Amino acid sequence: MSRVDVRKTHKLFIGGAFPRSESGRTYEVTDSKEQFLANMALASRKDARDAVLAARSAVAKWSSATAYNRGQVLYRIAEVMEGRREQFISEVSDSEGVSSRKAGAHVDAAIDRWVWYAGWADKYAQVIGNTNPVAGPFFNFSVPEPTGVVAAVAPQDASVLGLVSVVAPIIVTGNAVIVMPSSSRPIPAITLAECLATSDVPAGVVNILTGAPAEVMPWLAEHADVNALDLTGIVDEGVAADLERSAAGTVKRVRGAAPHADWQATPSLSRMRAFVEVKTVWHPMGV
Amino acid sequence: MPFDYAPAPESRSIVDIESNYGLFIGGSFIEPTSGGFFKTINPATEEVLSEVAEAGQADVDAAVAAARRAYDKTWSKMSGKDRAKYIFRIARLIQERSRELAVLETLDNGKPIRESRDVDLPLVAAHFFYHAGWADKLEFAGYGPDPKSLGVAAQVIPWNFPLLMLAWKVAPALACGNTVVLKPAETTPLTALAFADICQQAGLPPGVVNIITGAGETGRMLVEHPDVDKVAFTGSTEVGKAIQRAVAGTKKKLTLELGGKAANIVFDDAPIDQAIEGIVNGIYFNQGHVCCAGSRLLLQESVADEALASLKRRLTTLRLGDPLDKNTDIGAINSSMQLSKIEELTASGEAEGAERWSPTCAIPDKGFWFPPTVFTNVTQAHRIAREEIFGPVLSVLTFRTPEEAVAKANNTPFGLSAGIWTEKGSRILWMANQMRAGIVWANTFNRFDPTSPFGGFKESGFGREGGVQGLGAYLNVEDPS
Repeated sequence: MSRVDVRKTHKLFIGGAFPRSESGRTYEVTDSKEQFLANMALASRKDARDAVLAARSAVAKWSSATAYNRGQVLYRIAEVMEGRREQFISEVSDSEGVSSRKAGAHVDAAIDRWVWYAGWADKYAQVIGNTNPVAGPFFNFSVPEPTGVVAAVAPQDASVLGLVSVVAPIIVTGNAVIVMPSSSRPIPAITLAECLATSDVPAGVVNILTGAPAEVMPWLAEHADVNALDLTGIVDEGVAADLERSAAGTVKRVRGAAPHADWQATPSLSRMRAFVEVKTVWHPMGV
Repeated sequence: MPFDYAPAPESRSIVDIESNYGLFIGGSFIEPTSGGFFKTINPATEEVLSEVAEAGQADVDAAVAAARRAYDKTWSKMSGKDRAKYIFRIARLIQERSRELAVLETLDNGKPIRESRDVDLPLVAAHFFYHAGWADKLEFAGYGPDPKSLGVAAQVIPWNFPLLMLAWKVAPALACGNTVVLKPAETTPLTALAFADICQQAGLPPGVVNIITGAGETGRMLVEHPDVDKVAFTGSTEVGKAIQRAVAGTKKKLTLELGGKAANIVFDDAPIDQAIEGIVNGIYFNQGHVCCAGSRLLLQESVADEALASLKRRLTTLRLGDPLDKNTDIGAINSSMQLSKIEELTASGEAEGAERWSPTCAIPDKGFWFPPTVFTNVTQAHRIAREEIFGPVLSVLTFRTPEEAVAKANNTPFGLSAGIWTEKGSRILWMANQMRAGIVWANTFNRFDPTSPFGGFKESGFGREGGVQGLGAYLNVEDPS
């Protein structure tokens, strides 16, 4: 007789812990053949506000960690994900209805993306910062600093590669993130949360809310303690426009929707640039 | 009653030194065709640690051929992403084995375990970690959309920071897609040979890193080998000049990191206690075996007496002795040859009229030792103010105005580093502007980081190691137009 397996309860990931939704709500997730996979927590406004609190509390420590330290933490995520490679492949395969081979390519690319961004931690400031030869006896330089708390929507199709491609560039520069993974394919996101929880990533740096972006994101777009929005995974243009308008209330930085980007391609600096502020310092030079 | 420190020796049981080592060529250790071996000793005890192979011409040929094969067949064809993964593996293996490597470094070099453990090894791992990340990002480094590697790099490194100098050479070379043949110094080969083992553990393709041991003659054969595309050398200015002559007329790319005679300049508004710590760190760190050491102290006249008194008081607290003791500040001089050189130059200081001072400190019976030493009444004409001593010897001069400090600081054929101590930010930046030196430390000294380029002006060499600029040493950056 075959063994009856133990199935996992899928919960949210807030402040390094795995709570159920405060609302008590769940929603059903099926595979590509409409077969039941799991009941996911359906995040509420209160969950979003808890996540903002957790993210805000994490920013000070994470952004003041050395770049070298942040790089090693991101690299550690890749190490831990590599150990769960088979689990990710089966979850991606089930969720997206793709072959194990194709799922494997997505998972490998997701792991490698952490490595790619890990290497950027102590380099992006060297590439996008500079000294400025001002016409006077001053030493003048510009450095990028993290924006703060970013609320993001991961792409709906690429359940793990898209999620990593959105989260990694936000946190590598020292931001904290509240991210909504693919609504219909959220299971790999919770496995990623388990990797993050065991990878030396400080609690609150990444918070994952499963559920409906159209319901939760408006609260985050209006929240005064959120500094920026990444609308990558928003498919509906009207929803995206509404969120952009809400963001104006506290002058949030907004990166627009790009739901069908090519996630296998090597990224550029664009996502890191979107969530940093440039600070310029003047200092006189003279005896 | 004065309290004394109890001995706190680090255990050496963590290291496992073999009785002899071959040459690391093509991914495995092989016997030298020359058949020759030489001894490497612990300079603190004169105990023989191991025997290592002396590479002759046939061995150098084999190592360069292995590097060429690895370059043509694997490394130059591998994606930057995959190169990055190997280098990340090396960084992690070094972190995992860092205590072992620190003890081994201290045994072979004589430096205090506190320094090998807290400075050398963390920097070694960091250097590999930083450069690993560059391997798949070279198009962002400002050298054009698709910068190319050079080929086979011949690298010759000194004995003062054996594994750190290896890291400074090997990490950027591999990140940029080159293969290497590296020769460690003859008095400190053991950590380089341990690194060969790390390359094996990392599964690095055979021949990408080759390590050949030997003395100056082996180094000469390596840099003069016709199938080498790049030569990188860290060491004395004298040998650097010989290498530049040898490379002249070939297509080889060259970078040199040579000697220094850095000025450490203390203004009257400097925080004196902090400056004294910086001065001590500047010249007595690593027994003064540091090319960027702050070996000339320039004191503004109005604070000279006070600063000197503080400095001498501080020096009486330095602890010289067993390098494996965790409380030791000053370890052993690396070799009897280096000790003779320091003794000769300090004797000239006295003969030329400078005033010599050292704290009383017990010198162990065995091994090579030199007490921390300060010379006052030094003039710019004295040899101890002009020549690199490469030992724990500080030459003190004075100045009245910032302009005089600049003139004296720059009055040297060297130009590696400089130190500035003042509370006034605008003066720091003005002084930094005036210094003809590759690294300027302000209100600190002897700081190193893989993201920060290191290298000299003038006869301290050319090329940089570390940072974005350091990548240029291992990329084909010359544009014919």
